Amino acid sequence: MLSKRLLIILLSIFALSVSAQDHNEHEAGGDTGHSGFDPAEVAFHHISNHNTYSIGPWNLPLPCILYAPEEGWSFFMSGVFEPVSEHHGSGRYAYKRYVLHKGIVMHVVDPSFPTDKVEVDDYDVKEETVDGKQKEVTYVKYKGKEYKLDAKSTMDGGVFGGGITSFYDFSITKNVAGMMLVALFLMWVFLSVARTYREREGKAPKGVQGFLEPLFVFIQDEVTKPFLGDKWEKYNPYLLTLFFFILGLNLFGQIPFLGGSNITGNLAVTMVLAIVTFFVVNLSGNKNYWEHIFWMPGVPTWVKSILTPVEVMSMFIKPMTLMLRLFANVVAGHIVLVIFIGLIFVFGKSGQSAGAAYGTSIVSMLLTMFMMSLEILVAFVQAYVFTILTASYLSAATEEAHH
Amino acid sequence: MIFLLDFNPIKPDFGLFFWTLVTFIVFWIIVGKYAFRPIANALKKRSAQIQDALDASKKARQEMEKLNAENEKLLEKARKERATIIQEAKEAGNGIINEAKEKAKNEANLIVENAKMEIEKEKLHAIKEVKNKVGLITVDLTEKLLGKQLDSKEDQVKFVQSQIDKLNLN
Repeated sequence: MLSKRLLIILLSIFALSVSAQDHNEHEAGGDTGHSGFDPAEVAFHHISNHNTYSIGPWNLPLPCILYAPEEGWSFFMSGVFEPVSEHHGSGRYAYKRYVLHKGIVMHVVDPSFPTDKVEVDDYDVKEETVDGKQKEVTYVKYKGKEYKLDAKSTMDGGVFGGGITSFYDFSITKNVAGMMLVALFLMWVFLSVARTYREREGKAPKGVQGFLEPLFVFIQDEVTKPFLGDKWEKYNPYLLTLFFFILGLNLFGQIPFLGGSNITGNLAVTMVLAIVTFFVVNLSGNKNYWEHIFWMPGVPTWVKSILTPVEVMSMFIKPMTLMLRLFANVVAGHIVLVIFIGLIFVFGKSGQSAGAAYGTSIVSMLLTMFMMSLEILVAFVQAYVFTILTASYLSAATEEAHH
Repeated sequence: MIFLLDFNPIKPDFGLFFWTLVTFIVFWIIVGKYAFRPIANALKKRSAQIQDALDASKKARQEMEKLNAENEKLLEKARKERATIIQEAKEAGNGIINEAKEKAKNEANLIVENAKMEIEKEKLHAIKEVKNKVGLITVDLTEKLLGKQLDSKEDQVKFVQSQIDKLNLN
């Protein structure tokens, strides 16, 4: 059992190193102009969401569902770009004014660019000052001319360099595909376990049922019941859904050979979880809860004028902390993992010093092994923390007045 | 800073948001309704069953203990009864034996007494007989010896009788 696990860990490290090496190789090719190995860039590329599913040297095509307000909807598979893995998965072709740059779909703004499938020459990233802010702008070279590319619209309103652009990407990306797979898998597991409970009524748990029951009972008896008291049955399914959904996605990201998807380490995903939690909490809020927010009982009126804004803010800050905590923990874990692997290439001077690379790989392997075990712990802890905090907010929202 | 372009996890995009929302809500509805609720109910039912079983076994144990105690009491009672019966039987036996002994003794005594009396009677009778015989013999003898010295036989008998009476044979 132990040796099997060890084997899995070693293989996963091998897999990670292979893909890191991959990066190193095309980095040396220098399609973006800078030489040498940049572990941060590799890390950020690995934790990003892509329109292809890259496992090792393969770029599996995924469905693209794109909407540009000026051009309408476009549906096609990302295989149409014919991504080249030596170029970070950048596409060789443009299609319907869309291109694939480092695995991510971008849109050509210029209306003079052909809408057919055309072969593009190269991509280029430049730093430019737009509206007084430094920004990286990507260009595609086509027939000797450079065309400016738009990234997809994001919800950050420009705070993190995104914002509304010329198109929206509703594609089944790597993260969406991974999430759907995990959700389907969990559904299948839990529905079959529920069937087992029906069929084996009054018997001791067995198999998968026996594996999941402790987790299930842990959340039910240690989170739901203590926080929600006699209302536990109403909120039990939601809390369990949260826990297992987050845990499944966290663990999925740690499985080697499956692309190391960083699903819960994406702000959009944690934002959904936080927003749904926000609605679940506030829609279950009773009179007592709202009274405590808008007109805290038992304090002088002048204190109320301070407390009310604070309480109203905390209403929104609570789910926001949920969102950021899960995101930051998972993303940090993924970055550290890739950087530990990247050490091999940093010390190996991008393949020039094989001895140093071999020496570092031993240290790096140990560090990565340690990190991966830590990440499995983090996967459980973060799922648990999200669930228990949601339970505590729910408990505050549904608590009856007791003074 | 060139890499920041790639760093899209921090830029929440509409597509991922939309699909996450759909997936999560669908997952919640299906798994919550068709898996988590039934599982929670099954667990509740099972824990109730286990509690019932535990209670029942506890009750059964108590009942058994009660029964055992009762049995013990009955046994004790039976033991005591047996002892008394044996005691009584012993006493009764002894009584009978003693009585029989007493009776036998009395009987024996009576027999001995009777025998003694009989013997005495026979002795007296025998002595009397002997005396008579001796008297007659003596008369005969005397008659033979003396011939008809005495006038009448009756006088002779009287005489001899008186003589015999004078004799103390004892």
